Amino acid sequence: MSSSPEKLVYMANQIGKFFQSQGHDKAVPGIAEHIKKFWDPRMRKQIFAHLDTGGAGLDPNVLEALTTLKKA
Amino acid sequence: MSLIQEIDFGTPRSKSEAMVTLTIDGQSVTVPEGTSIMRAAMKAGTQIPKLCATDMVDAFGSCRLCLIEIEGRAGTPASCTTPAMNGLVVHTQSERLKKLRKGVMELYISDHPLDCLTCAANGDCELQDMAGAVGLRDVRYGYEGENHVFAKSGGAPNAAWMPKDESNPYFTYDPSKCIVCSRCVRACEEVQGTFALTISGRGFDSRVSPGMSESFLGSECVSCGACVQACPTATLTEKSVIEIGQPEHSVVTTCAYCGVGCAFKAEMRGEEVVRMVPYKDGKANRGHSCVKGRFAWGYTTHKERILKPMIRERIEDPWREVSWDEAFNFAAAKFKGIQAKYGRDAVGGITSSRCTNEETYLVQKLIRGGFGNNNVDTCARVCHSPTGYGLSQTFGTSAGTQDFDSVEDTDVVMVIGANPASAHPVFASRLKKRLRQGAKLIVVDPRRTEMVESPHVKALHLPLMPGTNVAVLTALAHVIVTEGLVDEAFVRERCDWSEFEDWAAFAALPQNSPEATAIMTGVNPKDLREAARLFAIGGNGAIYYGLGVTEHSQGSTTVIAIANLAMATGNIGRPGVGVNPLRGQNNVQGSCDMGSFPHELPGYRHIAGDTVREQFEAMWNVKLNPEPGLRIPNMFDAAIEGTFMGLYVQGEDILQSDPNTKHVVAALSAMECVIVHDLFLNETANYAHVFLPGSTFLEKDGTFTNAERRIQRVRKVMTPLNGYADWEVTIMLGKALGFDMKYNHPSEIMDEIAALTPTFAGVSYAKLDELGSVQWPCNEKAPEGTPVMHIGGFVRGKGKFIITEYVATDERTGPRYPLLLTTGRILSQYNVGAQTRRTGNVVWHAEDRLEIHPHDAEQRGVRDGDWVRLASRAGETTLRALITDRVAPGVVYTTFHHPDTQANVITTDFSDWATNCPEYKVTAVQISPSNGPSEWQKSYEEQARHSRRIAPAEAAE
Repeated sequence: MSSSPEKLVYMANQIGKFFQSQGHDKAVPGIAEHIKKFWDPRMRKQIFAHLDTGGAGLDPNVLEALTTLKKA
Repeated sequence: MSLIQEIDFGTPRSKSEAMVTLTIDGQSVTVPEGTSIMRAAMKAGTQIPKLCATDMVDAFGSCRLCLIEIEGRAGTPASCTTPAMNGLVVHTQSERLKKLRKGVMELYISDHPLDCLTCAANGDCELQDMAGAVGLRDVRYGYEGENHVFAKSGGAPNAAWMPKDESNPYFTYDPSKCIVCSRCVRACEEVQGTFALTISGRGFDSRVSPGMSESFLGSECVSCGACVQACPTATLTEKSVIEIGQPEHSVVTTCAYCGVGCAFKAEMRGEEVVRMVPYKDGKANRGHSCVKGRFAWGYTTHKERILKPMIRERIEDPWREVSWDEAFNFAAAKFKGIQAKYGRDAVGGITSSRCTNEETYLVQKLIRGGFGNNNVDTCARVCHSPTGYGLSQTFGTSAGTQDFDSVEDTDVVMVIGANPASAHPVFASRLKKRLRQGAKLIVVDPRRTEMVESPHVKALHLPLMPGTNVAVLTALAHVIVTEGLVDEAFVRERCDWSEFEDWAAFAALPQNSPEATAIMTGVNPKDLREAARLFAIGGNGAIYYGLGVTEHSQGSTTVIAIANLAMATGNIGRPGVGVNPLRGQNNVQGSCDMGSFPHELPGYRHIAGDTVREQFEAMWNVKLNPEPGLRIPNMFDAAIEGTFMGLYVQGEDILQSDPNTKHVVAALSAMECVIVHDLFLNETANYAHVFLPGSTFLEKDGTFTNAERRIQRVRKVMTPLNGYADWEVTIMLGKALGFDMKYNHPSEIMDEIAALTPTFAGVSYAKLDELGSVQWPCNEKAPEGTPVMHIGGFVRGKGKFIITEYVATDERTGPRYPLLLTTGRILSQYNVGAQTRRTGNVVWHAEDRLEIHPHDAEQRGVRDGDWVRLASRAGETTLRALITDRVAPGVVYTTFHHPDTQANVITTDFSDWATNCPEYKVTAVQISPSNGPSEWQKSYEEQARHSRRIAPAEAAE
């Protein structure tokens, strides 16, 4: 693994995989809350910047969670 | 101050609740049924003479010194083996008894040297005491006959005499002083559970024999010290006592090694430690110890300890010794400069799980309050952070549910990814004792550890492939759900039923069956089914787990799966059951409790919560940042990226202990100021600009919290050699940074913690002095603490079942890296070895070895003891091979205690999804024969040597 944003995308997708089995409706807020609670602001800023450029590599639930988190 | 004398009751305490009353020497005594007359007498204040009895082991009845008379009974029974009964009338002294005892002592002394004045046990010898107690004045038999005492008899060598065995680094065995009371043999069996000692021969030929008449060091002996403690004479004696003499005062304190938290008496002469003796009233260890706590404390006075502060501009420069003030001002100027240039969030710190609660609390306070950010983390990040996450999600609190005493009520023990015999030895001894009484053991571990097979212990072993914990645990759940073994009444009452139903439906899916998952896990489905049934319906089931659970990509998921299993089988909320993380370092529980994680304040409360944060702001008189800070791996990434440039590390060697060493080196090298606060120039210090000398647990006051949430006092027994306790150093660093923290004593820090943390509200030094220790939560509801949690209901309300889908790690084997490396510990060494490598413990483990299965070794032309190159995608190192079938084919194993091996050059960046806890336990590797150190090892060694130079002090004018 190299440095961000690839690493952050990887970490976000890892979180997404845990929540996946809980279904879309629980997974999206679950992922968003986890990132909000545990990622420092600079990490969130970086992943949001990546989101702004299309969010390549992010799994669908993760992409949606980050989108809602960014708006909040 | 005086020497603490613990009463020896002669035989162990009876747990019976039925009481009996008898009369001893005219006094009425009431004791629990099953108590010996010897113990009952001692309770009444009468010490019956004894030699082979001591209350750490069961009665044996061999010395015949403790004889008594009972009215209405013939003869003179031994009081140690005769149980107290209602209505007995006992006499402990009579003409007949006096005569018998004197005769026994006369025989003992006729084969014992009379060198009392120069004997190491002088002043602490039970044989001497008993000779005095029975009034022995003469030995009629002389010393000329057959004996074990003299090297020569009548000018000829004495075949019965044996020389001293001094092979063990910490104690000697002098057979000439042995009275063959068997206390050492029984201590080794009953207390330690190693069975290394026996009595060889019969009658006059009887000798204490380590193994098959081997030396102590050459035998199975694990050097726990129980035999030395049990010995009533100078036969087994600490070398430190031989060298120094008998101690004159003692202080009760807490061991600074693993998370068991053994209580010890530091026995002192002035400010010199004579020996450390486990304290019977210690509720974690109940009078037992291991080789580390008992003996390996000599690092305190090791010549390599750094006692003066040092600074340097660049890591290429030699260190320069300076005054404390100069060091603090230098550090403060650097940190302020970094914050001015890169922003407030560009610095942070790491609290130490080896330091006290008070010291840890101060470091996080300095970071949050003084640095103005939440970039604080601790070594728990790399060990049990998934425990924190997993248990708080499911149960509502981040800690083990039981006390260690609980194991005495357990019927089935499941040990997952832990090797207590090596890493938590005193708990292992307590567990093995229970197993010898008939409790069953299941071990889930890739290796056949010491727990799987030990004397009188045979576990049901599920040898899984590293990285498949979740699949195995879900398969266990599958069996429990599909075979109708769920404790439905418990689940309906205590847990959220609909979440349970979702989980049960998931667990029941055919793809989660033992048969379907066997292809990934490598576990025999039949064994797995048997284990599941045993755990579900075998009585009280308890789970103990270690870093083999947490240090994975799915570490947090595995912790959740463990919690699910305990809830589904109703094994929560009473003695004998529970979920018990075995914490690695002495105060890693405490460092987590004290708010060392970047997202939460002391007491596990998120920093974003306004109410809690405002309480801290009011008490600290400073505005706090509501955003979570960086975790250790995130700090490294940010350093490489250029946004994190200053780090204060207290008592933690991140370079050696954290994964992917090259990545850590790059991160540390990128920083502009690294402050290392430690005992030694550790590996991290090679990249540091400021070195602040630390103090050991013997040199300061404070508290540690062990794996059972037990808060215990650490008491200062000597003046810090470096001048200051660590808490004082942090205060002075804070002051230089303009952040004032004022405390005269650590007790005042604890008072502040108690005032701000609901689970600690009832904790004070006065209470700890009164009760010895308390387990948090300790507050109004539980003024004496909480031994067992979740009684009657979970902390979060309803227990929460969460689905745990197995996701294979992305660290995969392939043609280039076909083997899986997993890592762990060994008994004699501790963590990065900074302490234990500087003690006599190196005789047991002088280097890290690579365990490899004979099949894999054969394929690669590797023989036992050969140097091998161990390579992963992250890096490579060399070490010597140890061929063993303890590991399965395809799996290799090593320890990480030695910096010249640097096992973490091999480990990768992969980490737990929830907490970023590194995946130490799974690395795809290849091995091949090698001639010597790798390039990395050579350049690392060169850099370390260069970096450790200390400039000679300038001559005074």
